[in-house]
Amino acid sequence: MKKNLRVKRSKHIDETYKISFKFNGKLYYGFKGDTLASALLANDIHLVGRSFKYHRPRGIMTAGSEEPNAIVQLHNNSPWTEPNVRATEVEIYEGLEASSQNCWPSVNFDIGGINNFLSPLLPAGFYYKTFMWPASFWEKYEYFIRKSAGLGKSPTKPDPDIYEHRYIHCDVLVIGAGISGIISAKIAAKNGFKTLLIDEKPYLGGSTIYQNSEYFKINNQNSGSWLEKEINEIKKIENLEIKTRTSVAAYHGYNYLLAKENLTDHLPIERRKNKTRHKLLKIRAKKVVTATGSIERPLIFDNNDRPGILLSSAIKKYADLFGVACGEKNILFTNNDSAYETAISLIQKGINVEAIVDNREKVDSKLIYEVEKNNIKIFKGHTIVNTYGYKRINKISIMQLSKDGQNVIGSKIDLSCDCLGISGGWTPAVHLFTQSGGKLKFRDEDQVFIPNAYPSDQISVGACNGDLTLDSILVNVPKSLKDFLNIKNNVYESFEVLSSYNNSKRNIWLLPSDKILGKTKSFVDYQNDATAKDIKLALREGFKSIEHVKRYTTTGMGTDQGKLGNMHALGIISETSEAKMGELGTTTFRPPYTPLTFGTIVGRNVGEYFDVYRKTPIHEWHVKNNAKFENVGQWKRAWYYPRDNEDMFQAVQRESKAARESAGILDASTLGKIDIQGTDASEFLNRVYTNAWSKLQIGKCRYGVMLNEDGMVYDDGVTTRLSENHYLMTTTTGGAANVLGKLEDYLQTEWPELDVYLSSVTDHFATISVCGPNSKKIISEIFPNLDLSDKNFPHMSFKKTKIGKIHCRIMRISFTGEQSYEINVQANFGKSVWEKCMEVGKNYNITPYGTETMHLLRAEKGFIIVGQDTDATMTPIDLQMDWIVSKKKYDFIGKRSLYRSDTIREDRKQLVGLLTDNPNEILEEGSQIVSDINKSPIEMLGHVTSSYFSPNLKKSIALGVVRGGKNMLGQKLIIPMENKKINVTVTDPVFLDKENKRLNA
Amino acid sequence: MFLINCPFCGEREQSEFKAGGEAHIVRPKQPTELSDDEWAEYLFMRKNIKGVQFERWNHVHGCRKWFNVVRDTSNDQIKAVYKMGEKPPN
Ligand SMILES: [Zn+2]
Repeated sequence: MKKNLRVKRSKHIDETYKISFKFNGKLYYGFKGDTLASALLANDIHLVGRSFKYHRPRGIMTAGSEEPNAIVQLHNNSPWTEPNVRATEVEIYEGLEASSQNCWPSVNFDIGGINNFLSPLLPAGFYYKTFMWPASFWEKYEYFIRKSAGLGKSPTKPDPDIYEHRYIHCDVLVIGAGISGIISAKIAAKNGFKTLLIDEKPYLGGSTIYQNSEYFKINNQNSGSWLEKEINEIKKIENLEIKTRTSVAAYHGYNYLLAKENLTDHLPIERRKNKTRHKLLKIRAKKVVTATGSIERPLIFDNNDRPGILLSSAIKKYADLFGVACGEKNILFTNNDSAYETAISLIQKGINVEAIVDNREKVDSKLIYEVEKNNIKIFKGHTIVNTYGYKRINKISIMQLSKDGQNVIGSKIDLSCDCLGISGGWTPAVHLFTQSGGKLKFRDEDQVFIPNAYPSDQISVGACNGDLTLDSILVNVPKSLKDFLNIKNNVYESFEVLSSYNNSKRNIWLLPSDKILGKTKSFVDYQNDATAKDIKLALREGFKSIEHVKRYTTTGMGTDQGKLGNMHALGIISETSEAKMGELGTTTFRPPYTPLTFGTIVGRNVGEYFDVYRKTPIHEWHVKNNAKFENVGQWKRAWYYPRDNEDMFQAVQRESKAARESAGILDASTLGKIDIQGTDASEFLNRVYTNAWSKLQIGKCRYGVMLNEDGMVYDDGVTTRLSENHYLMTTTTGGAANVLGKLEDYLQTEWPELDVYLSSVTDHFATISVCGPNSKKIISEIFPNLDLSDKNFPHMSFKKTKIGKIHCRIMRISFTGEQSYEINVQANFGKSVWEKCMEVGKNYNITPYGTETMHLLRAEKGFIIVGQDTDATMTPIDLQMDWIVSKKKYDFIGKRSLYRSDTIREDRKQLVGLLTDNPNEILEEGSQIVSDINKSPIEMLGHVTSSYFSPNLKKSIALGVVRGGKNMLGQKLIIPMENKKINVTVTDPVFLDKENKRLNA
Repeated sequence: MFLINCPFCGEREQSEFKAGGEAHIVRPKQPTELSDDEWAEYLFMRKNIKGVQFERWNHVHGCRKWFNVVRDTSNDQIKAVYKMGEKPPN
C-alpha cells in the first residue's frame, strides 16, 4: 500500500513537473525540486541502508550534507556509477537510479544483520583486536568484511565525464548563503569588494528561506520573505558572483580554498554529454567570511538509530521546503526550543504532532505556549529510555529525569509513533575554520565550540560563530563586517527583529536509561556504529587522548567525519574522565568537508595529459620505424626496434651485435646539456667534478663524475671545452634538471664571486650517436671535408663543421666502447641529419638501437649508469673508479666526505662484475647476493644492479654491488632464487676490450 | 599553499618554489682541515624548529634565484624575505 505524504504546496517544489526515478529497482515519482531523500520520504520510505558494523536498519536522518545513514550508490554497473552519495544531497532527475549499498543481499533482508545479535562480541577496537591475528587470516576476513559491509562499489569502467580546474581570485569570499552569508555578501559587494558567494545547496537562503512563522520577523515581514527580497537584490550586484551547488572542500593557509562546483549532477544523464561535470575551484581570497551555519545535534539514548528517527530540524525542512510529512504520528524529543519551531511548522501544514518530550522542567517560551494552545501533550522533564520497531520506529518509552539528570525515576510511559524528531541543540559548523588553522574556545553556557583566534584574514559570522538566534545574527553580522572590512557604508540600517526563541537548554550528553549501560545501544557515530558504551570502554582500557579514542572506537572516522556525534563523544569523554570540555580539545577536521570525486581532483590531467611528456626532434622517425618506447623521466625514449616478429630479447641481441660488428645509431638527444661560459668556467668545473679540468685543451672532451657533499655519486657525463671560457656539459637524461639546479645553487650561494653563466640547452640540440667499427667511414661520407684521422680527430676530442648550411658539433666520445661520433645539431635539423646518417649508413648495415641495447653495450664495457648501478650510497671509490678522483685538487664538492670513517671502510658495498657458472643463465636485476645459505639468518652481501646476455661475448654478464667486493675477485657467491640457487664468480666489472683497442681500431 | 614574496619577482604561489633547507649554513672554506665531527656538523646537522625558522628557497619555476625566507613553521606565516648575502632581520 503506497502512501502519499506530500502535504502542501511548497514554493520550492514544482508539482507540475513530475519526475520518475528508481530506488533499489522499484519505480517511484517525485517532483522537480526534490532531493532523493525528500522524494523517498514522500513515498513513505525511511529504510535506506544498513549500518556498517551491526547492519542495523537505518533511515534518512538529516536533510543536508551531514547525513550519516542515507548513503547510496547511483547508477550501479554503469560508467556513471558513484558510491557513497548522500541521498539528502542528490537532486532527482528523470532516469535517476539509486540503490542502498551497505547491505547484502538486500536492504530488507541483510545477512550481516546477524552482527546485531552478536554485538556483545563486537566491542570497541573489535577490528584491531580480532582481525589482526593471525595475520595470514586477513585475506579471509577482508573478503567477509567487504562483501557484507561494503561501502559502495567503485566504477569499473572509465569515467565518461569531463572535469576542470579553475583559479579564482577575489577580494572577499563568503562561504555559505544562509541569512548571515547573504547579509555579509551584500555588505562586501556594496562597498566595492569583488565578492564571491558560494553555497553547497542548489538554492540560496539556508534555513531562513523556508521560515514563514509569525514568531520570527524582520522589519515586520516573515524572515523568509525578507530574505527572499534580499536575495533578489544581491543577484543584481555586478561585482558579486554567486555560485550554488558549490561546496568548499578545503580551507588552507593564506586563504587558499578548494571548492567543488557541481554543474551536471542534477541533470538527466543524456543531457550531461560534452558538459563539464565538476569544476575544482582553486580560490585565493584576500578576505574570507565563513558563514557555514550550524548543524543540529542528535540526542544520545538507547536505540536512537531506528528508521523514522530524524533530526527535528530535518523534519521541519522536509515539511516547509519540500512539502513532505516524514510521518503521520510524529513525536518530537528535545532539550531546547528548536523542536517547538518544528512543531509549529507541522501544525501549520496539518501534520499530526502526537507529543513533545522535553528534557527541561520549566521553560518560559512563547513557542511552547503556542504548541500547548494546540493541545499537544508536552512531557517536561522527561527523556526517552527506549524505542521499538525494527525497520521503522513504532513506539517509544519515556521516563522522568531525576533532578541532576543522571537517572530516570517513576514509571515508564509508552507512546506510539511512526516518526521521531530529535533535537539536542546546535553545533556551530566550525570545520572549515579549524581546517584553516583556527583555534576554538568552549562556551560553557550552551556547550559549544566557537572560533577564537583567526590564523588568516578571515572572520566567522552567524551560527558558525555561535550566534544561534535570529536577533543575535542581525545585530552582530553587520557589526562584525564593518570592522572586518574597515568600511563606512553599513548598507543596513538597524533591523526590527522579532525572535521568539528562548535560549535555554538542558544539556545531557548521554541520557540515562533504566537499563545498565552495557545493555544499551546509544549511538554516537551512526555511520561507524560507535556507541556510548564503546567510548566508555575505550576510556576504561586506558585511552585518554581524544585522538586515540577516536581511532580506537572509529568515532568520527566515517565519510561524514562525525558531523553529528563528535560533540557527544567529547561530552561523554569529558564526563567520564572528569576533564573539562575546553581542555580536551577536539579532533582535527580534515579536508574534504564532504567527499570529492577523483575526477574533480585530477581535472583534465588524464590519459595523455596525465603528465607532460617530452619527445626528441627525431621522435617521429622512431614511431615510423616501429620503435617501442620507454619512459625516462618525462622523456619518451626509443627502447628497441623490433623487426618482424622479434621480441625484445631478440631485437636487443641483433642491435647489440650490429653495433659492434658494423655500425649502430642512437638518438641521444635526451642527454642533459648545459652551456657553461665565463672567465671562471674552468675553476668552476674543477670544483664540481672530482677530476682536474684546468689543463683540458680547447677542443678536447673529458668524462667527469659529480658528487654530493656527502661523497656519493650524483651524476656523470662528458664535458667538452669549446673555447677558452666556454664548455658544453652533458648530464644523464634523468639528472639534467637537478644538476642544473645544483650548479646554480653553488654559484649563487657559495661561490657568487665566480664569473660563470649557465644555460640549459638540452632542448636546443639534437644528438645523434653513430658507433661501431664502420662509424668512421659513415661520418667521413657525410662530412667529406673533415679530417677524421686519429691524429687530427682522436678519441675524446671535438670538431666544428657543417653539412650544407647546418652547423654541427661532433664529439668523438664513446659510451659503448666502440669508436663513436656524437653529432650535435640545432634541434630542428635533427631528423634530417639522422635520415642522412641512415641513408649513408645503409651500405654498412647501420642499425638503429634503443636504450636497452645502449645499456647492454655499456655493461659489456663495465660503464656504470648512475641511478641503476649506483644509489645514493656509492662513492666513486666504491665503484672502483679511484682514477677519476684527483689526489692533487685541494677541494671539490664531496671531497672531504671521501675519507670520513664511514666512507673508508673496506667492507662497503663495492661494484663488481658477476659471471654465472652457467653462461646461459641470466640473473634477475635486484636479486640478492649471499655467500652462505646455511647460516640463519642468511647474510645479504649485496644485489645485482645490471644483467644481460651479451651476444658479443656469448655469455651472461652482470654488475652488482657486494660488501667488500673489491677484494673478492675470483670468489664464488650465490644468488638464491625462489626454486634454485645460482652460482656466480666475482670478476672485474669490465668484460670486453679491457685494453680499449676498439676505440681506435 | 602559501604565497612567497620573491625578492626579484614579487608575490607568487608556493608551487613555483622549491624549499632548500636551513639558511646560513656556510660551506667551510677549508674542508680538509676539519675533523670528521666538524665536517659531519656541517654536512648533517640541521635544525627542525617549531616556530620561527630561517630557510633557503629557490624560485625554481620563475627567476631561478635563491633567497632566504623567515617562516614560522607552526603556522606558515612568512615574517621576511631577503636576498642571499644580505643580513638576516632580527
Ligand atoms: Zn623570482
